[in-house]
Amino acid sequence: MPLFGVEATFWALLGPFVAAALSPILAKTLKHNASWLLAIIPALAFLQFLSFVPGIAAGQTFRASLEWVPTFNVNFSIYLDGLSVVFALLISGIGTLITLYSGGYLKGHQNLGQFLSYLFLFMGAMLGVVLADNIITLFVYWELTSITSFLLIGFDHLRRASRRAAVQALVVTGGGGLALMAGLILAGYQGGSFEMSELLNSGDILRESPYYTAIFVLVILGAFTKSAQFPFHFWLPNAMEAPTPVSAYLHSATMVKAGVYLLMRMQPALGGTELWMTILPIFGGITLLVGTILGIRQTDLKLVLAYTTVASLGLLVMLTGTSDPIAIQGAVIYLFAHSLFKGSLFMVVGTVDHEAGTRDLNRVGGLFSLMPITGVAAVLSALSMAGLPPLIGFVAKEVLYDGTWHAVNGGLWTGFALLGNAMMFALAATVAIKPFFGSKVKTPKAAHEGSILLYAGSITLAVLGLVTGLFIVSVGHQILSPMTSAILGTPFDEELHLFPTYLSPALYLSMATVALGIIIFMYLDKLRLIIAEILRTIGWGPDKGFDQTIEGIVRFAGTLSNTIQTGSMVRYMRATFVVIAFVLYVPMILTGNWPKLEGFGSLYVYEWFIAAIAVIGVYAVVTARYRVTAIVLLGIQGFAVALIFLLFGAPDLSFTQFMVETLSVVILALVMTRLNLKPTDARSSRAKLFDTSLALLCGAGISMLLMSIVQLPFDPTLSEFFTQYSRTIAHGRNIVNVILVDFRGFDTLGEIAVVMVTGLAVLALIRVRPKSEGNSKSENNR
Amino acid sequence: MNTLIFRTVAPYLSALMMLFSVFVLLRGHNEPGGGFIGGLIAVSAFAIYGIACGVSAVRRAMKYHPMSIAASGLLLAVLSVLPSIFYRQPAMTSQWLEMPFLGTVIDLSTPLFFDIGVYLVVVGAISSIALSLEERAD
Repeated sequence: MPLFGVEATFWALLGPFVAAALSPILAKTLKHNASWLLAIIPALAFLQFLSFVPGIAAGQTFRASLEWVPTFNVNFSIYLDGLSVVFALLISGIGTLITLYSGGYLKGHQNLGQFLSYLFLFMGAMLGVVLADNIITLFVYWELTSITSFLLIGFDHLRRASRRAAVQALVVTGGGGLALMAGLILAGYQGGSFEMSELLNSGDILRESPYYTAIFVLVILGAFTKSAQFPFHFWLPNAMEAPTPVSAYLHSATMVKAGVYLLMRMQPALGGTELWMTILPIFGGITLLVGTILGIRQTDLKLVLAYTTVASLGLLVMLTGTSDPIAIQGAVIYLFAHSLFKGSLFMVVGTVDHEAGTRDLNRVGGLFSLMPITGVAAVLSALSMAGLPPLIGFVAKEVLYDGTWHAVNGGLWTGFALLGNAMMFALAATVAIKPFFGSKVKTPKAAHEGSILLYAGSITLAVLGLVTGLFIVSVGHQILSPMTSAILGTPFDEELHLFPTYLSPALYLSMATVALGIIIFMYLDKLRLIIAEILRTIGWGPDKGFDQTIEGIVRFAGTLSNTIQTGSMVRYMRATFVVIAFVLYVPMILTGNWPKLEGFGSLYVYEWFIAAIAVIGVYAVVTARYRVTAIVLLGIQGFAVALIFLLFGAPDLSFTQFMVETLSVVILALVMTRLNLKPTDARSSRAKLFDTSLALLCGAGISMLLMSIVQLPFDPTLSEFFTQYSRTIAHGRNIVNVILVDFRGFDTLGEIAVVMVTGLAVLALIRVRPKSEGNSKSENNR
Repeated sequence: MNTLIFRTVAPYLSALMMLFSVFVLLRGHNEPGGGFIGGLIAVSAFAIYGIACGVSAVRRAMKYHPMSIAASGLLLAVLSVLPSIFYRQPAMTSQWLEMPFLGTVIDLSTPLFFDIGVYLVVVGAISSIALSLEERAD
């Protein structure tokens, strides 16, 4: 049973956020040593998750739920099975080491507290992604990882490249997140549940659903952007602008694997179809090759690692996409191994950068004797990355070759994997050999071993790669096979061996990989030049495409605003009234429901009289020579309307109409005095003709609309309700006011908020001096 | 327009209008009236006072910035939504309190406070617009 009970997992989820709040305070007093204290929190979370392992290995799953928005079926629920627990262990475990490493790496940095705070926010978000059972909860955490990643990449916000990379990552992953939300909701409605654990059992319904393709496309858009799959791979290498602890944590071990996590999670629900088994391996395979080829091109060690991360993610997507049990087992082991060796290697490169002052692989060399512990970590991790025994990377490669060999279209996937792994082998050799062996190169800083904070993380992960390799049998039983079972949705427990028991095709493929890898390594410098030359000839990539897209959008928005917002009030008014005329006439024309002209005969004399006053008022407005006169004359017509309200038993309405008319005349007159307009109307007679016809058209349209409404049969339900209950329930005889402040009080609350905001906006506009004077036309509320 | 007679009468006129606006506000629940109309009358009063005696005089008379008045009105309206929640009723359910006062009974209710909030928002927001426009016209 779990250490502190299933419910305590909520505290484990909350822990990182608490740490995020504490970080700035602790970092202020304890400086870099704060990370020792803060690391306790993720370490405790790690223990909590670890205590689930035996139960899950025995086939149990755990679920806990809190009510969040019950009306919409949104619960804050968590689900622990073989898949989520491994991810949770990686996130909290590597998170603990990264916390320590950050203390060493940013020692003396004035914003260390802020940095740790962002890092813990990310950790909390990431734990939420992998533990969430409810798909809305999952989505919220998913976007939170994008946002925290944005903050971390842009940590060094004074540099332009950092800012660009941060925005790029946010746009790509955040945009993908929106697609994912649509996909998840669609899947939720088709599958009949918003809980992932229940959706996984309705795989057949989802696969049969007419919306399957839509769900599939939307979900993989989310996964591909997050996990940097071709053609969205470009944001990940750019994200290396972030401080190295971030690269080690987010952009290799955890966040970028969220997409892979999602695909693995959805495998029982969406996987196994032809679409899934074609699109995923193809894009994964292309990403694998593109990543490794671009990796060879780099000389910056961190970028080399970044591109191999892209490649590894491609490999994982490809393996998951085959839907073959053995291939998925291979993906599981590779994912686990990758988190260990890549996290370690990033920290190694960061330490080299920190201590030697450069991470260009042509400017470092022979560091092993100076930095022995870091060197050992580098060698062990690189061996695992290269897939050599007795490290866990070797087991991963054996199993994944076995899987691709037997999968549907296995030949093609095996080819992808072989090429990719060989190049990965060469790059692993480069990362370990170039900086640490060979002749000593003079580095910008005199290199020496860093503090324990700097090497603790990398050596721990590297040794873990060795230990898990040696004890692969029990690691397989306890951790890896339960994860595979969770992905497949059926129990799976195949014995894992460190050394192959017979001469399988996988072993031959492994040997071929090593041979090919050594050849590539020997000609690496030449290959680099060739690839650079090819890329120069192409001269375009998705990264440039991203810039062009953003530029295009900005330019489009600019053109659109310039076309629509000419700054001429007359045009705005004309456009508005043309639209009004359309809205009024189109339904009448389409339905043919013109109002009947009737009832004029039954008007009383005094009603004709008031109507005549209104018409005279309008005539006076139109013929007035000066604008100010026209505005004052506008009041005549308004008062006539108010009189009509009074005659028909609406004293409140009439009262309000009188006040509004008075005030609008006053305010309009005030506006006019401020606008520096010519006192007389200067429109050409053609413009006047157009405006007159437009005005007549709109006026007639409104009249006809009102007449049609009056001619409809009257439904008295509401009026009767209000009349009946106004006195009894709301203690008021004035029904209008009771409706305003009681029956429909919420409407009024919204309206007065609008009045308030309008007041503020007008105030702001009036204070803006000359340029936008035309905008401060009066605002008449209600 | 700004004659001596107008300048002399305007303060009394606006004082009367203010009084009338409060009257209209308070009778609103049973007779024609209410916060919105009351607020508009009060704004007209300020407008007349402003035309006669200048904007600065109005601002002095209002004591607080018109937008602060509007904001406190909105706050009052929102607060009047809350009491019902403490009785486990849906928000904004009206609550009534009948208080005997000097021989008559005064009905205090959350809709009344809500209406006062509406009154203050209308007074504050619209007079803020009118005053700032008038200020520039000077």
